[in-house]
Formats: sequence, structure tokens, C-alpha cells
Amino acid sequence: MSQLFEFLLRQGDNALVLGHRMSEWCGVAPALEEDIALANTALDLIGQTQLWLGYAAEVEAAGRTANDLAFRRDAYDFRNMLMVEVPNEDFGRTLMQQFCFDAFQVPWLTALTASSDTRVAEIATKSVKEAAYHLDRSAKTVIALGDGTAESNARMQTALDYLWPYTGEIFADDATDQAMAKAGVAPLPSSLKETWQKTIVQTLSAADLTQPDSTFAHSGGRSGMRHTEHLGHMLATMQVLQRSYPSAVW
Amino acid sequence: MYAQMIKSEATKEDPEMLAAFQARIDAGEKIEPKDWMPEGYRKTLIRQIGQHAHSEIVGQLPEGNWITRAPTLERKANLLAKVQDEAGHGLYLYCAAETLGVSRDELTEMLLDGRMKYSSIFNYPTLTWADMGAVGWLVDGAAIMNQVPLQRTSYGPYARAMVRICKEESFHQRQGFHVMMAMVKGTKDQKRMAQDALNRFWYPALMMFGPSDKDSVHSAQNMAWKIKMNTNDELRQKFVDETVPQAEYLGLTVPDDTLNWNEETGHYNFAEPDWSEFFDVVKGNGPCNTDRINTRQKAWDAGKWVREAMVAHAEKKRARDSRSVRP
Ligand SMILES: [Fe+2]
Ligand SMILES: [Fe+2]
Ligand SMILES: [Fe+2]
Repeated sequence: MSQLFEFLLRQGDNALVLGHRMSEWCGVAPALEEDIALANTALDLIGQTQLWLGYAAEVEAAGRTANDLAFRRDAYDFRNMLMVEVPNEDFGRTLMQQFCFDAFQVPWLTALTASSDTRVAEIATKSVKEAAYHLDRSAKTVIALGDGTAESNARMQTALDYLWPYTGEIFADDATDQAMAKAGVAPLPSSLKETWQKTIVQTLSAADLTQPDSTFAHSGGRSGMRHTEHLGHMLATMQVLQRSYPSAVW
Repeated sequence: MYAQMIKSEATKEDPEMLAAFQARIDAGEKIEPKDWMPEGYRKTLIRQIGQHAHSEIVGQLPEGNWITRAPTLERKANLLAKVQDEAGHGLYLYCAAETLGVSRDELTEMLLDGRMKYSSIFNYPTLTWADMGAVGWLVDGAAIMNQVPLQRTSYGPYARAMVRICKEESFHQRQGFHVMMAMVKGTKDQKRMAQDALNRFWYPALMMFGPSDKDSVHSAQNMAWKIKMNTNDELRQKFVDETVPQAEYLGLTVPDDTLNWNEETGHYNFAEPDWSEFFDVVKGNGPCNTDRINTRQKAWDAGKWVREAMVAHAEKKRARDSRSVRP
């Protein structure tokens, strides 16, 4: 597998898996405005998935399409970070998950707009506008829910404590990251940690939430070595038609 | 149609005021929220717009059921956007109802405790991907029949909401038809799913227009007030006349042995749906009534802390802002 292909799968799978999680709220969100906003976010992420996986399929040049990559790979071939695959649990966890992701995605995509790979730069240029909008909204919602009531504050703190050990994986550079940095395709994720941390600190303080002390980080999503148990269930649902009717065109 | 069997509320106002009000409606004027209106007109509209809004919201569920299983990224995005549109329709309609003096939360409570209804169609399950085609094609298609004339309804905010909604509904109908086309052009399994979906949704779609109302007193009052624009039978006939050729184009069989073209009337003859089934569904005994309301209730309860927190945050923020502007 080429390093560029691997890199593109990571981008596409993050968007696909998080977009899928967001889409699970459709029809059952806490208020109509939130229902519409979550669907909007999910739509943006699915759109980004089409671009990233579409390019990944071209780079692979093995006759697969974006849909083949989304619907015909099993969990161990997925390359998303673990943080985006954990289940929704409650609205607080969903928004905290979205926020921790957006806080990285904005500086990350901003950096990718200057990628040496023009296709990567194009996709990033289109996606970064959406990401900035997502961050604005998720940060505001995290602040509102942290600040709101004693119950909402406690729920947001629980969500943060649960998600925190998954955030470290975002910045754990590996061989693919090194190769991309060397080729000027993308910066090292670790180089964006400070920027991310600043957004986190600002938002958590406005939200009256406490950043956990632990520096422990789960890993295994971006490498595909060890996903959570949750991803397999998501894929079982997501891929059911493509798997059950392999010759069908939809 | 999403508003079924709307009774008109009794009105006992000054006959002169009533006559003047009716004259405005007859002259094609729009009634606006601040205008005088008979109590019966206001109550009937609340019931109708509320039921329509609830139908959009509960109507998210049967299609939402397939968002996580959509077979391609394109289909997933299209379906998600469609269901999101329905949430938007619910929002416009709740806003229109609010101009009549009832809040969205009050209406929601009435939906959940059974005082208000939603369209019977959403109490049927979606069982295969072809149902995403059938729902768009038939259910949005039937909704359009009713909603296009409602763009001319007498109540201004309702008429304007309908203008926005109708544009999107016809897009939904085409999108549903395209899903069906892909299915009938597909494998044997896909064709079977498409025919099965039509078999299950044909009669429930005909029921959407409500039972024959030519003898109904309520219907006459609602038509005079231009809250209801056509009879149920007129709209049902129009729907059958438009849909049968589409089914033929798809190569699907409408599940009605009696269906035939009537040269004399220029319309199709067709079999009435089983109205006892309809009344069962309306009474709460449809295949999904309990599950639909339970799903909405669960979402409403689970979202309570979020809604409360948003209000509390807004109040705290207001208090902080007003403190900070003081010299
Ligand atoms: Fe709608
Ligand atoms: Fe509608
Ligand atoms: Fe629709």
C-alpha cells in the first residue's frame, strides 16, 4: 500500500466514520434546530468522504471506487482515528467528539491547503470552510452545555473524560506521517498539537470544564492495528446492502 | 395529504363579523396573524398545521430508518438531505402555528400524549431499500397533490410555508422515483424489492387523502374558509391518474385487479383502500404507531437536559452581558 494511499484513507475514513455517527441523530436530536445542524455536518462530512476516498481510489489504481472503499472494506482496513468511531451515548458526547475533532481539523486542513499535492490542496481548500463552520458551532455548543446547568456540566465533563484518552492518537506521528511530511504533502500531526491545545483550553475554560490530567493515549485506529469493538457494528450496518447484494447497482 | 380528517371547530361569533371575514376570504385576501379571525378558524388551523408539522417530524423516522444503511455515499447524502428537509418543513410549520398562539413545545406535548395526530402513512414500516424509492415517489407524491393547492390557502403564514415546502417536496418525489428506476433496472432481487414496496405502499398512499368527504359538514366549512382546497376524492383521483402511468413506465404492477382506464370520465377506475384498516391505524393500531411515538418520546426525554441547558446558558449570558455594559 502506498503511503499516499494510506494517508488519503485516513482523511476519508475520519470523515466517513464521524459523518455516519452524526447521521445517526437524524430524527431523534434534542431539538429540531440541532437535528438540522447535525444533518448538515453529516452531509458535509459525507461530501468530504467522496472527495478523499475518490482520490484514494485513483491513487490506488486497482479499479476500486470511493463506494468500494467505503462499503467493501472490513474494520482492519479502516484508517480513521479511534475517537470518531465511539458510539454517540448522549448528545454531550457527540458534541464533545465533534469539537475535539474540529479543533484539529481546522488547522490541519488549513495546512493541507498548501500541500505539494495539488489534489490534496484542492480538497482541503473546499473542506476547510466547512470545518471552520463546524468548529464555530461545536465550540459554542460545548460552551453552552458546559455553562448551562449542573446536570449539563456534569454530562459534558463525563463526555470529555471518556474521550480524552482517544485524543492523543491524533498527534502520534508514524511512518506514513513522516513520509507525507518529507514529501510536503502534509505537516506532521504533532506540529499542530499546540494550536489544538490552545483551542481546547480556551473553550473548556469558557465551558467551565476541567481538562483531564492523564496523558495516556489509546492508539490503533490510524494504523488499523486495533480498532474499538464499535467500528465493526457500524460497518455491519453501513455495508449491509453492498455485502448482501454484491452485484447490485443502486 | 399530511392533514387527515380535520374537523372544523364550532364558531359562535357575531354574524356580521363572520360575514365580513368570509367576504375577505372570498375576495382572495390573505388573513394575517394580527387580523381578527373566528375562534373556530384559528382552532381548526392550529389543528391542521400542527398535524402537518407533526407529520413532517414523525415522517423523518421511516426514512431515517435507512440512512445508516444507504447503499452508496451518493444515496446516503441524498437521503440524509431529504430527511433534513422534512425537519425543516416541520420547523416552518411549527413557526406558522406559533403565529396562532400555540408554542412548539405545547404542540409537541400534544403529539406525545395523543391529543394530536400525524398522517397515518408514517405508521407503516420501511422494510427494504426500495421503500426509500416508494416513499419518495408515492408519499411525497401524494403530499404534493394536497400541498400545491394549499399554497393558495387563506392563512398567510401557512400559505407562505407551503410555497417553500412544495418546491422541496417535488424534488423529493423525483429523487424517490430515481431510486425506484435504479431498482427496476437492477438485479432480480432489486426488482422484487421494488414490486414489494409498491404492493405495501399503494393502498396506504391512497389512504393519505382520507375517507370520502363529500357528505362531511366539516369539510364544507373548511373549504369555505379555504383551509381545505379540494375534496379528498378529487385529490385521490388526481394522484391515481398521475401515478399509474409512472408505475407502468417503471414496469411495476399496481396491486389492484380492478384498475382500468375509463374513456368516458377520462380517469382511472380504481379500488378503494380498506377503510377499516385506515381507521385502525388512526386509532393507534397501525404497524408502527406505538414505536413511532415511543421513539419521539425517548428523543424528547433524552434531549430535555440539552434544551434546559441551552435556555440556562442564554439566561446566564444575558445576565453577564447586562452586568458588563453597566458603567
Ligand atoms: Fe415535507
Ligand atoms: Fe409535507
Ligand atoms: Fe418530502
